Formats: sequence, structure tokens, C-alpha cells
Amino acid sequence: MTAIADIPEAPRAARRPQIGNPVLRWLRTNLFSSIPNGILSVVLLAVLAKGVFSLVLWGIANAVWLTPANDSSACRAVRGVGACWAIIPEKYRFILFGTYPFDQQWRPALAVLLFIALFYLSTRRALWRRELAYLWIGALALISVLMWGGVFGLSFVSQDRWGGLPVTLILATFGLAFGFPLGILVALGRRSKLPAIRSLSVLYVELIRGVPLVSLLFMASVMFPLFMPAGFNIDKLLRAQIAIILFAGAYLAEVIRGGLQAVPSGQYEAADALGLSYWRKNRLIVLPQAIRHVIPPLVNTFIAFFKDTSLVLIIGIFDLLTTAKTAIIDPAWQQFSVEVYIFVAAIYFVFCFAMSRYSRSLEATRAG
Amino acid sequence: MTSDAPRPPPRRRLFGAFGQRELKGLFWQVLVVGIAVAVIVFLWSNTVTNLSARRITTGFAFLGREAGMPIADSLLAYNPRDSYLWAFVVGIANTLRVAVIGIVLATILGTLIGISRLSANWLVSRLAAVYVETLRDIPLLLQLLFWYVLMQALPAARAAFRPIEGVFLSNRGLILPAIPTGTPQLWVLGTAVLGLVVFYVIQRRLISQQMRDGKPRSAWPFALGFIVVLPALVSALLGVSWIIEWPELRGFNFVGGLTLAPEYFALVIALVTYTSAFIAEIVRSGIQSVPRGQWDAANALGLRRSFMLRQIILPQALRVIVPPMTSQYLNLTKNSSLAVAIGYQDVVSIANTTLNQTGQAIEAIALIMAVFLTISLGISFFMNWYNSRIALVER
Repeated sequence: MTAIADIPEAPRAARRPQIGNPVLRWLRTNLFSSIPNGILSVVLLAVLAKGVFSLVLWGIANAVWLTPANDSSACRAVRGVGACWAIIPEKYRFILFGTYPFDQQWRPALAVLLFIALFYLSTRRALWRRELAYLWIGALALISVLMWGGVFGLSFVSQDRWGGLPVTLILATFGLAFGFPLGILVALGRRSKLPAIRSLSVLYVELIRGVPLVSLLFMASVMFPLFMPAGFNIDKLLRAQIAIILFAGAYLAEVIRGGLQAVPSGQYEAADALGLSYWRKNRLIVLPQAIRHVIPPLVNTFIAFFKDTSLVLIIGIFDLLTTAKTAIIDPAWQQFSVEVYIFVAAIYFVFCFAMSRYSRSLEATRAG
Repeated sequence: MTSDAPRPPPRRRLFGAFGQRELKGLFWQVLVVGIAVAVIVFLWSNTVTNLSARRITTGFAFLGREAGMPIADSLLAYNPRDSYLWAFVVGIANTLRVAVIGIVLATILGTLIGISRLSANWLVSRLAAVYVETLRDIPLLLQLLFWYVLMQALPAARAAFRPIEGVFLSNRGLILPAIPTGTPQLWVLGTAVLGLVVFYVIQRRLISQQMRDGKPRSAWPFALGFIVVLPALVSALLGVSWIIEWPELRGFNFVGGLTLAPEYFALVIALVTYTSAFIAEIVRSGIQSVPRGQWDAANALGLRRSFMLRQIILPQALRVIVPPMTSQYLNLTKNSSLAVAIGYQDVVSIANTTLNQTGQAIEAIALIMAVFLTISLGISFFMNWYNSRIALVER
């Protein structure tokens, strides 16, 4: 509770006369502002130092960085006292690209780079124009060609050989690319004056949001074949992708609905007064404003969603997490799962952290 | 032509009172509903054909059959000869066991970290920020697998960690000393709950009296009387024993005490740490949303710090905190279904096994949906009620 009580004190501390050594002054304001705070700082510093020390010992000093191919004896020798980072160079091709044909793995690698470039370009405010949509369509088509092949002299690789990071990025990006328009339609439907359309939209959103994604994925993997005419079957990855699109659509619809509510009613009335049709009104006047309002929460939904694609592990699709989990089934390397999980966590972290920084910078520019 | 010339009669509409706009609306609705119905009928007829081809009869009759699946860790008594229905009930209890404990712990931890982020102590606020940033940006499933691997890497029962006397941490899970839970103990607990309700009613009356005459009345003697003394009296009268059961190592395993299986323990830790990072951000923004003038005014009135926090700051912060908190609780409950990845048998995992054993896909998924929709509605209902209680009353 002392922490809360400190809040109103903060500016007063800042108003203290600026005398003495700046380092000491910083220490006094930020670490030793009162006796309990000082004790807390010292205890925390001690604990932190011990923690960092043992982490450095485990992760750097005692760690094994490289071993001869397929030989984990050096790692097993330091088990418990040092990390076995050697498992990463040993397995990284499998973790990143799964069972994609080894000599063709430049293709998924290029696809990943294309995805990253696409994400980067989408964050540039200057590019928020209609052309961005064409860019997305073009890039996604190019990625599909790279992954599948079969044209331009690229050998065909079927979806069940895909794996790792590209699959995670495909599930997340295609989920967004299709879930976003779906979300817009459902959000408009939920605010429609037509009762049948409104109740259908509400039913869809509430049903999807009410159940865990795991059960939707089960449904996609087990029940989808039941729903389809006999003999008609589609690939497991595509089924999971459909479940993810439906899931994303419901969550994005709620965010977009928030944006629609924030558009002042005068804008609607002005559009009506101009005699615009329903679709032109929404496309030209309402949606551009509504979406601009909710870009930070939209980015947060994207983050949540990017992380949630890892759930496809449960229905056995080879995304990044599944390849990581599979890589450590190898008996020689079985004991070093922590290292692999840390490696994969770092990859997820980089993507999510970049997105959350971006969301925060957007909020800051809007507030400022 | 003057203004009082007869106006031309209104144009006759084709559909009586219906205008162009209504007609268009009707058309769209019929179209969309028609498509929805057509899709559902198509899927339904396919499903019926497929099911009859696989000789699966639809309906919930299978719930009465013997389940035959083992459930390793359950709150309720269960053996594989019980029915599917009972297996589902056991699964629901397991889900609730994770969700309730998870929500309570995540709220406590999240609040602590959220407050720490606002601390004037640089070290405390930085550490809290690092905690939040790291845990939020890594998938929950990955964290869950990580914790589970760590649990499995713990020493065997014979070499278990013993942080405190009577507590063992090993690859068998966390073993704690247990308070006996029989019928007499439940009576005492029931009395305490009853006392809580009585106290709540009394407190409301005290507040309404204070509203009338402005005199503060202390409620704590009633709290002590009804929640502590009354159950203690009942306990003494019934002669209920409260001897704690200490676990001990016998052979390769523990006897006695309360065992939290590694799966359960890993699931709770993962859910609590992950959700607490989100709750921390909610609490932080809630406290920051209280205008500075409120702090200054409370200080100027010379209020005691604890009184100020309880009566001025917290009620205003809660208004901002409660609505997003509701969705975090719902998320935690839904995320508990990740249990299936590490083999903790919650309701989703049991439904999945049932589905594999019986082929009753539609029924199993329908049950999952029913269970989660009920839990979600229950949490929303409770939080909405709480929210309406703390909401700003405009005068």
C-alpha cells in the first residue's frame, strides 16, 4: 500500500531544489525517497543481483553453444548447471520451417520476409490508402505461390509439408485479411436497423465469443467433415484457417462496433442529407472515421490473435509452437525443452512487442 | 398561383404504407435470413446423412452409458464405470476449480503488480513493467508448456523441495498440509457463509442510517460476531476437530495432505501469471484515471491515508477497472480449456475424449458450448450487477 500512497508525492519530490551530484539526486528520488523505500530497494537489488547472476551462470557462462551434429553428450554433461543452446543450431531449420523440403526452404524464408515487409509497410501512415489493399492482395498471392509452388519452375509442395513460422504467420495474416472485412460487415449488421440482420449478427458474435477457441478448433477438425457432403473434404490447415477467420471476425466486429459508436451522429445525418446510399455512406464517411478511432485496440486484438494461433497445436497443425514441441521429442535432445521454448518465446515476443510498441506510439500521437 | 391552391394528392405507393426504404430493408432481411437458413439446412442435412452412414444416432442418450475413461485428478468422486453424464459433471467441476482459484489469485497478483507499476520506487516500477511486457507478449500455451516442463523436471518425491515444513514440491506436484473437510466442518463453513450474508444486510442498514443522520457507525463488531465468533461457537458446540493432516513421505510417494497434481499446478500458475499481467494494466490505468484533484482534495480535508484510499480513490478507480476486468475473468475461464494440451482433464478435454470414443461430435461440442456460455453469462451477470452497484450515480 505504500506504493499507492506515493503517487501524490511524486511531483513534490521533483520540485525539490536541484542541488548536488545528479547521480545521487536520481538515486535519492527514485530509489531512496524514504526509509521503507530504501530498504525495499536494497532487498530488491540483492534478489535481482542473485537472480541475474544465476541466470548468467546458467545461460552464458556454463552454457554449451555448439556441438558436433546430432551429438548431445556435451549438453548432457552440463545438464542442470548450464543451458544447452547447441540444440538451436541443431534444430532451427525444423523449428522454423517444419518438414518443408530441406533444399526448398529458401521459399518459406522468403515468405516470412515478405510478411514482415508487408506488416512494416502497413504501419506507415503515409501508405494508408486504397493502394495498401492492393499491396496486401499482391503480397498474399505472391506468398501463396512461394509456398505452394507448382508454377514458374518451383516444385509443388502440399500443405501438409508446411510448418513452423510461415504457418503461424499465414494463420494470423490470412485470419486478419479475411476476418477484418467479415468483422466490418458484422459490426455494421449489429448496428443495422433491420431486426433480422441485427439479431443474426448478435447471435454470431456472442456464440463465437462465448466459447473457447480450442472448442472452435476441435469443431473445425472433427465436425467439419460431418458438415460437408460425403467425399468432399478439405485440408486440415484450411479448416483451422476457417475457424480462425470466424473467430477473428467476431472479436474484430466488437472492436469496430466501438469505433462506429464513436462517430458523431452528425456525420451520419450529413451523409444522409447528401443523399448517399447506405453502402456509400459507410464506405466514404463512417468507416474511415470509425476505424481510425479504434486503431490502437485493433492492434491489441491483432496481438492477442497472433498469440492465439499457437492453439492449433492442440489439433496437430505444425505451427511454430508445434514444430518446437516436436523438435524435442528426439530422445537425444529431450531434456533440453526449456531452451527450445525460450527460443520460440523470443520469436513470438519480438513480433508481439513490436506490435505493442507500435500501438503505444499511435496512442501517443493521438493524445498529443 | 397562390399558396392556398390545392396540393397534388400524394403519390400512391405500390405497397400501401410501405415506402421504398422499408421495402429495401425487407428485401435485404429476407435475403440474409434466407441464405443463413439455406446454409444451416445444407449443413444439417449433410450431417444427418453422414451420421447415419456412420451408424451414429444423434441425441443425448449416450450420456447414460458407461464412460470407461480414467480421470486422474478430480474434485468429485469418480471411477471409470460411471456414466458419461457424471464424467461431464466431474469435468465441469475441474474447470471451475481452475477458473475460480485462477480468478482470485490473478486478481490479487495483478492488483499488486498494477500498484507496483505506479510506485515512486524506480526499481519496483521497472520490474513490474518488465513482468507485464514479457508475459503479455508470449502465447499462453507456450507459457503453459514451459511451466509443465519445469514441473516435470522437479526432483522425484524422495528428493522433494521442502520450502516450509509440511510443504513438498516434487514431480508429483505440490503437496500441502490439509484441513479436514467432512460434514461437521462443512456445517461450520456454512455458518460462516450465513454470517457473511447477515453481516452484509446489517452493513447496508448501517449505511442507510448514516445517510439519514450523517453519523458514522462502525460495522466491524458485527463482522467479528457473525463471521468469526458465531462459526467458532458452532464449531465448539459440535466438537468439530480441526487437526491438520500433515503429508509424509512413505516409499516413493506421499501419504495424506492435499495434493495439487503437476498438471493442475502448472495450469493455475500459467493462467494466473499470464492474466495478472493484463489485470495489472487495467488496475494501473484505473488508478491513473482518478483525477489528481481528488487526491489533493482528500489531502486537504486531512483524511487518513487508508480512509482516503478506501473511500475516495478506490470507488472512482473501480468504475474504470470493473468492466475490462470482467472480460479478463471470461478470458481466464475460456483459456482454462488449454488444459487439454498438458492432460489436465477439464470439461473440454473430457468432451474431446467422449467425442473420440462415441463419435457424438455434435452433442459433445454442444455441451462444451452450453457449459462455457453458462459460465460466461454467470460471470457477466455477476460483474454487471457489481458494476451497477459501483457505477457513478449522477445527481
